[in-house]
Amino acid sequence: MKSRFLTLKPHDARIQVIEAGKGRDLLFLHGAGGHLPNDPLIAALAEKYHVLAPLLPGYGESTGEESLRDMLDITLHALDVLAALKLKNPIVVGHSMGGMIAAEMAAVAPGEIGKLCLLAPAGLWLDDHPIVDIFSKLPFELPGLLFHDAAVGQRLLTSGLDMEDPKFLQQFLVMNARRLGTAGKILFPIPDRGLSQRLYRIAAKTLIVWGKEDALIPAIYGEAFKKAVSKAKLVKVGKAGHALGQERPQAVLTAIREFF
Amino acid sequence: MKFTWFHLMPWPHMPDDFREKHRSVWVDLPNRMYEPELGHGIYHQYLDQLEYAESVGFDGIGVNEHHANAYGLMPSPNIMAATLTRRTSKAALVVLGNSIALYNPPIRVAEEFAMLDVLSGGRLVAGFPVGTSMDTNYAYGTVPALTREKYAEAHDLIRRAWAADEPFAFNGRYTKLRYVNCWPKPIQRPAPPIFIPGGGSVETYDFCIDNTYSYSYLSYSGYLRAKLLMEGYWKRVAERKVDDSPYRAGFAQVICVGETDAEAEKLYAEHVNYFYNRCLHVYPGFADAPGYRTVKTIQTGALSQFTQAAARDYPNLSWKDLVDGRYVVAGSPETVRQQMEELIKSLRVGNVFCLLHVGNMPDDKVRHSTKLFAEKVMPHLRNLWPDWQNQDERFWIHPMTDKRASLKVAAE
Repeated sequence: MKSRFLTLKPHDARIQVIEAGKGRDLLFLHGAGGHLPNDPLIAALAEKYHVLAPLLPGYGESTGEESLRDMLDITLHALDVLAALKLKNPIVVGHSMGGMIAAEMAAVAPGEIGKLCLLAPAGLWLDDHPIVDIFSKLPFELPGLLFHDAAVGQRLLTSGLDMEDPKFLQQFLVMNARRLGTAGKILFPIPDRGLSQRLYRIAAKTLIVWGKEDALIPAIYGEAFKKAVSKAKLVKVGKAGHALGQERPQAVLTAIREFF
Repeated sequence: MKFTWFHLMPWPHMPDDFREKHRSVWVDLPNRMYEPELGHGIYHQYLDQLEYAESVGFDGIGVNEHHANAYGLMPSPNIMAATLTRRTSKAALVVLGNSIALYNPPIRVAEEFAMLDVLSGGRLVAGFPVGTSMDTNYAYGTVPALTREKYAEAHDLIRRAWAADEPFAFNGRYTKLRYVNCWPKPIQRPAPPIFIPGGGSVETYDFCIDNTYSYSYLSYSGYLRAKLLMEGYWKRVAERKVDDSPYRAGFAQVICVGETDAEAEKLYAEHVNYFYNRCLHVYPGFADAPGYRTVKTIQTGALSQFTQAAARDYPNLSWKDLVDGRYVVAGSPETVRQQMEELIKSLRVGNVFCLLHVGNMPDDKVRHSTKLFAEKVMPHLRNLWPDWQNQDERFWIHPMTDKRASLKVAAE
């Protein structure tokens, strides 16, 4: 997978975009953890689509997070990226936080987003089903929280790096401070920035995909999204946790291919 | 030298198996552990101790702000300081401080600090901490990566509100006020002396230097481990070409004084153990929300006092380990004097925040240790900065001098 870079007005933010595959355009927006090394979902999507996966400021080599403060800033930023990539009626896919951003884009600019795919999106809060506080979790707790199979998750998250190694942990802390620092602007302390009031505006044909074993945002949130978005279908994937795209990439690809 | 007797006001009834039963003293410790009717007596005992500290000659008495925890029971330090204005008359009231990013609108801090300064006749030292991540982010919900920007804006608003003699409009990103009009305003003009608690970020060094604020390093790991950080501060002071007044800096230290070294261990060991193993038992996931510290600060390797505590093996440190490692300064008056002198000189600090109530220490021991420190230690440490005539008026209170107007409100 190769990277290209965009420079965005007005703050000259430099945005890293992973590009892979051939076919119809597909914009992929990552979750709060960013891309995995050799991300299995991007690899699977690239088998059938021309995938463009921008990294949000604060992630990877993308810069400019200091001028993004709230949901509107981040939504408009993502729309700016979409415009700068000059894509024609792409499928916009977003995972978790990226799903929240994609849903906001489609609600704010319904004329610009015709095909929307939300993979276990954040953005709603149900009092009876509180979402786990991801920000207070320690690195070793993440595989079990994000994956149905924690051992697979551990391998994917670390690519074999040693979480106990102090040097790795120091780098991890810096990376984490940038990434989750940015994510916190729309997810901390509760990942609800009023999306529920705007979901009715989404005009896109919408596919919602959820891991049945999602321990972070329980699958019942899928029902809430489906109810609030007019042209939506909900698909649940078995043996998949919150990182369903990384854990069951082919199942997610199939769902997208069948729907769009 | 200025000595401030500082109270953390911990909950003294955490059970022996606290560490095993609870993951954290902060944020998610169920408040069923708190017993309000016991709390009544505890608050008053703690306030009595602060008043006692003035009576034996401490220059300042100190309180601070924390939330959702058993480590320190002062969600509002201003309420505590207000009670102290009535029954003290000389000591500086060191409120260290108000976490200004948490007040909405932050003009509240300007108002309440002004009230305290007026009530006390100009004895307020105003502290502006960012607040721990447990308090600011987890208990009060401030977005970690926006905390510092919010703090800076609140600081700007408060300083302008104190300085102004006319209403003005404030169009901030986080606070918009058409009429900023601080009634009352403080006696000390343009502002009370301001102390900033810091934990090693270069940005905070510069903030203190730029504004002539005193930098206060609050650590529980003692002065030996603080040396590197304080050297960083003094290096920055030198680079910025400002004077090196020791009163630009302060340090908090757990201190236990007995008649002899052996008595100190006998009297205080269990309470020091309580403090390090229960009061500082913070779940690492709450110690430092991602985005709370700047990337630059993380890269310097500086850790907050609570992250340090989480990383240290306190349960396995004995009294001897803690004393020999100078986590605590403890022993006979002469032992304590020697170590305090070493602390003051090696860190170059004009302010010491003395933690003489430790953990679950009962009142008689608190007063015993406090009295010995005041009578047999403090006098010998008064003349350590003769080049500065042992004071620096930029960093200390200026009480009102008009005796006709000054009411005698202190308790008999």
